Amino acid sequence: MIEGILIGLKTALSFQNLMMVMIGCFAGTIIGMLPGLGPMTAIALMIPITYGFDPATGLILMAGVYYGAVFGGSTSSILINAPGVPGTVATSFDGYPMAQQGKAGKALAIAAYSSFAGGTISAIFLLIAAPSLSKVSLSFRSPDYFGLMILGLTAVAAFSSKGNFLKAMMMCVLGLMLASVGQDTLSDIPRFTFNTMNLSDGISFVLVVMATFAMSEALTIIIKGNDPSKAAKQISLTDLGSIKVNKEETKQMAVTIPRSSILGFIVGVLPGAGATIASFLAYGMERNFVKSEEKEKFGKGSVQGLSAPETANNAACSGSFVPLLTLGIPGSGTTAVMLGALLGFGIQPGPRLYETNPEIFWSVIMSMYIGMVVLLILNLPLIPYIARILAVPRTFLIPMILFFSVTGIYLMSFNNFDIFLMIGIAVLATVLRLYDFPMPPLILAFVLGGLMEENLRRSLLISDGSWSFLWNRPLTACIMITILLIVFWQIFSSYRSLKR
Amino acid sequence: MVKINSVKIISLLFFVLSAFYLYTAHQIQVFAFDEGAPFNAKTFPIYLGYAGMFFSGLKIILPDQKPIEVDPTYLEFKKTILLVITMIVYGSTILKVGFFLSTSLFLVFSYYFLGERRWKYIIIFSFPFVAIFMYLLHGVLAVYLRDPLLKYIGIMG
Repeated sequence: MIEGILIGLKTALSFQNLMMVMIGCFAGTIIGMLPGLGPMTAIALMIPITYGFDPATGLILMAGVYYGAVFGGSTSSILINAPGVPGTVATSFDGYPMAQQGKAGKALAIAAYSSFAGGTISAIFLLIAAPSLSKVSLSFRSPDYFGLMILGLTAVAAFSSKGNFLKAMMMCVLGLMLASVGQDTLSDIPRFTFNTMNLSDGISFVLVVMATFAMSEALTIIIKGNDPSKAAKQISLTDLGSIKVNKEETKQMAVTIPRSSILGFIVGVLPGAGATIASFLAYGMERNFVKSEEKEKFGKGSVQGLSAPETANNAACSGSFVPLLTLGIPGSGTTAVMLGALLGFGIQPGPRLYETNPEIFWSVIMSMYIGMVVLLILNLPLIPYIARILAVPRTFLIPMILFFSVTGIYLMSFNNFDIFLMIGIAVLATVLRLYDFPMPPLILAFVLGGLMEENLRRSLLISDGSWSFLWNRPLTACIMITILLIVFWQIFSSYRSLKR
Repeated sequence: MVKINSVKIISLLFFVLSAFYLYTAHQIQVFAFDEGAPFNAKTFPIYLGYAGMFFSGLKIILPDQKPIEVDPTYLEFKKTILLVITMIVYGSTILKVGFFLSTSLFLVFSYYFLGERRWKYIIIFSFPFVAIFMYLLHGVLAVYLRDPLLKYIGIMG
């Protein structure tokens, strides 16, 4: 492991990669800060750029963007009560009241220190957990992988659906349908191409991500007519106050950070859970742990109420890399986007990544930590200046997002058809978003579609067409039972809420 | 009694799409020796078609937990449609007219349609902005950018 850490440090600390972490964190902060735009959009916009680099550098840039976007989301939560990402909604519960009390600088500092501490602790967990899990996952076979992929989709659908599991499952199926377009990987037989050469290679992953996230988010902001710049006037963005944290506040954070980190990491590892659930759970847990007089301050600017979700959402970000790096199965929409980018580089994440590409495996883990340091050293002092970006009017912001999306596809294919297809998918995604159909299950299914089919093919061929492979091995059977439990739990909770 | 709302209509459309997908999946021509195999090119799509029909069918039949109705009076249809049309025109012209002119004009029109009237900023964030972006991409990062117009004028090689 020490050797691996040194390889990772050597790669991550090269001048180019260090610059990429800095640029990634900075760009991610700016994009994540803009209300409505989250880490998935930030990473999606970066993908065409990363294809110009080697895989390790590309992934390091994306990891930097990821952390930066989560940090940026916290900033907009605290300053304008408009969380850039769902994972920072809980941050606004106490961060915004603190900012209203004239302590915006302090709130941002507490968020930054908590994020740093949560990220650091979870990076250590990741260092320990990832190699061990990699070794365990080498014993996984095709039926287990197939089961895990269904589990990932079901869990993401259950957690991201806001109580509407069926809508999320429909999005999963739509994602898998889109992934099935193009030539069959084994037989080269064209499927759903409608005799069009443009579809014979399938639909590009970047196209689908850009259309369903960057473009449709921009269109949703326009069609809903909500102007973020109006909200930005609530707090002065030029005078944020001191960023110093006193002794008592440090003591309070020292109690909150360890427990929220552990919770955040565990939740992050679970497929589908991610930063949003981690931050809400940590907030709720902290409220139960604190003394009754501190409990009264929750929702009115509590230090612990701010520190807990911020620690947990960063810890969950690191945790979500565990299934991606060790099993090759993303646990969240954001890591699904990163998996797609990795596949674009010709790299298949999974247990063998640890052995075949140790420099990628370790440099990503080390760059996460470097990203945390960059966020703390560079971004925190720059926040008063970066915060002014929140005042950028949407009349300029939206066309810029659309321009970057179209350019991203244009640079990849130089094909009008792809641009039209992207616009079509974006319009469809915008309509679906209006009616609360979640997009993360679609993108996760799109990324996993090929792998799922491949593992199902192997499983069915091994078992001579029998579906008994789903319960023949104890591990596969356990995974299938977990899936059934999630489905029944969803049905039960739907039935209960209908009865109410 | 099932109440008809927009989500039900979307689910119905999805059901029809899944049925069409299933029909098309059955039409996939597989090799003769693959026809009776436990898995061939149409196996997975067939399961997907059934899954799509199953989930959308349930959504249509079951009552809604939290019915969502979007009030059209709050939606900015005009701006959105104008923006989509601008994107389509941009997509149609980018290869023929070239990156510089089509992108700059796309930005100018988009800013204008979204209500921006400060021409100084509109101009700054269109033509010079695209020129700098092109320089960074083409000049610094050596990413190929097709631009017949600039090539004709002699600015780009």
